Amino acid sequence: MLKNTKQAIIIGGSHAAAQLSISLRQERWEGEILVVSDDSQFPYHRPPLSKDYLSGDTSAEQLFIRPASVYRDKQIEFLLNTRVEKIDRINKSVTLSNGEARQYDKLALCTGARTRQLAIPGVALNGVHYLRDLTDAEAIKQAIQSNGKAVIIGGGYIGLETAALLRKIGIDVCVLEAMGRVLQRVTAEEVSAFYHRVHTEEGVEIKTGVFATEIVGNDCVEGVVCSNGEQIDANLVIIGVGVIPNTELAEGIGLDVDDGVIVNEFAQTSDEHIVASGDCAAHLNLIYGRRIRLESVPNAIEQSKTAAASMCDREKVYNALPWFWSNQYDLRLQIAGLNQGFDRVVFRGDVESSRSFVAWYLKQGSIVAADCVNRPAEFILAKKLISSEKQLPIADLANDSIDAKTLLLALA
Amino acid sequence: MPLIKYVEHNGTEHQIQVSNGQSVMEGAIDNMVDGIAGECGGSCSCATCHCYVHEDWVAKVGGPNEIEEGVLECAADPRANSRLSCQITVTDELDGLVILLPESQY
Repeated sequence: MLKNTKQAIIIGGSHAAAQLSISLRQERWEGEILVVSDDSQFPYHRPPLSKDYLSGDTSAEQLFIRPASVYRDKQIEFLLNTRVEKIDRINKSVTLSNGEARQYDKLALCTGARTRQLAIPGVALNGVHYLRDLTDAEAIKQAIQSNGKAVIIGGGYIGLETAALLRKIGIDVCVLEAMGRVLQRVTAEEVSAFYHRVHTEEGVEIKTGVFATEIVGNDCVEGVVCSNGEQIDANLVIIGVGVIPNTELAEGIGLDVDDGVIVNEFAQTSDEHIVASGDCAAHLNLIYGRRIRLESVPNAIEQSKTAAASMCDREKVYNALPWFWSNQYDLRLQIAGLNQGFDRVVFRGDVESSRSFVAWYLKQGSIVAADCVNRPAEFILAKKLISSEKQLPIADLANDSIDAKTLLLALA
Repeated sequence: MPLIKYVEHNGTEHQIQVSNGQSVMEGAIDNMVDGIAGECGGSCSCATCHCYVHEDWVAKVGGPNEIEEGVLECAADPRANSRLSCQITVTDELDGLVILLPESQY
């Protein structure tokens, strides 16, 4: 039996929602917990969708963050296939798509993000897919033909991870990137060139500086027309051109929103009874001294722990260094920190011909971020350098003959 | 189902039956063993499911492959018997396995 009747409602079926529901119990929230998700499934890991899930190396069951029994044991109620239609901040209630109204004492927005849609002719043809949720991944899995030819629109991480996966199962792949280089918005020129090279070595065709103007075919996709007039044959098209945070509910009730629901370092929105976390939230990051919105699992997890504490009237500041990962072929990329605003990049290892290196991003002489490809020891070193005020000589960081462990010790 | 014993850094023990084919990490996550975070969901990328294999079991469990070895370098306080629990698949052979959890995953 629950000891009191306080109500917590979590909106969304994201990784953040799953973590928040569990963290609430760990923070000893004794009232009810309701998670309202418009998904048909319990929350699952999304990163494998563009990686091992498509190849069949990971099953749908393995994707679940926790089995349903855990939520049941923890007395966390899930309403799947259900949307929140309306939030009433005055009466502290939500109206659900099934017509029900539920009261809350604390509300959490974990609404995540959705794929940015491409507005060109032909996107509704069979064989054209986005890749965000399990349904998308399942559809792509069904559509994969061993002798197929795929065009991937968008040369960001999702696009490149998918390209790597499709190559692994023997599909011809062409990646179209509208900007001058792949990963242009997120990484240095040399790192873009590195990924371009490796994908080319693996047999992926990459076209940069061209965008798709039309997808053609009768009923099923047959090709993609590019801005230079060229038409590329395809029986599968995957669009990966970024995501948009789901902030409509928050906007509808007048919360502060600016590319994400604005929250402070305690995951609190401009309403003291409402928190937000995960992809939909833009938080004040104390390390970088500004507001950022992160699309990453570590952010969803750590920020949700903070949000849960806030809902229990405890202060747990969210002050984690952002980090990301991307697996493609044998490349295990770990990114520490955010590289925006850097003025210099220094390399460790051979970025031009090997498959293992570090790109250190510097701003006024200090490390602000690092891209580590097959360099786990340097990744931990980077995290320590960015989070602490400590510094190491740039020449040492660039000198690959000095062991990374030695540098770690020098920092201790 | 094989029984796995998870021992937290403070000595708290969790005896959990884990299905064959699941990883030691999944067994912990599914049963709310706090000492394992498993942020990357078992893709050998984050080192937040780091564990120590009890010395009696090291030979049977075996060592990490090259990729895991690299990621283990990221873990806090790695030792000779360190493994990523997401990379240990549970089988009948591992019935009774004792897993020691580190003080922190960060």
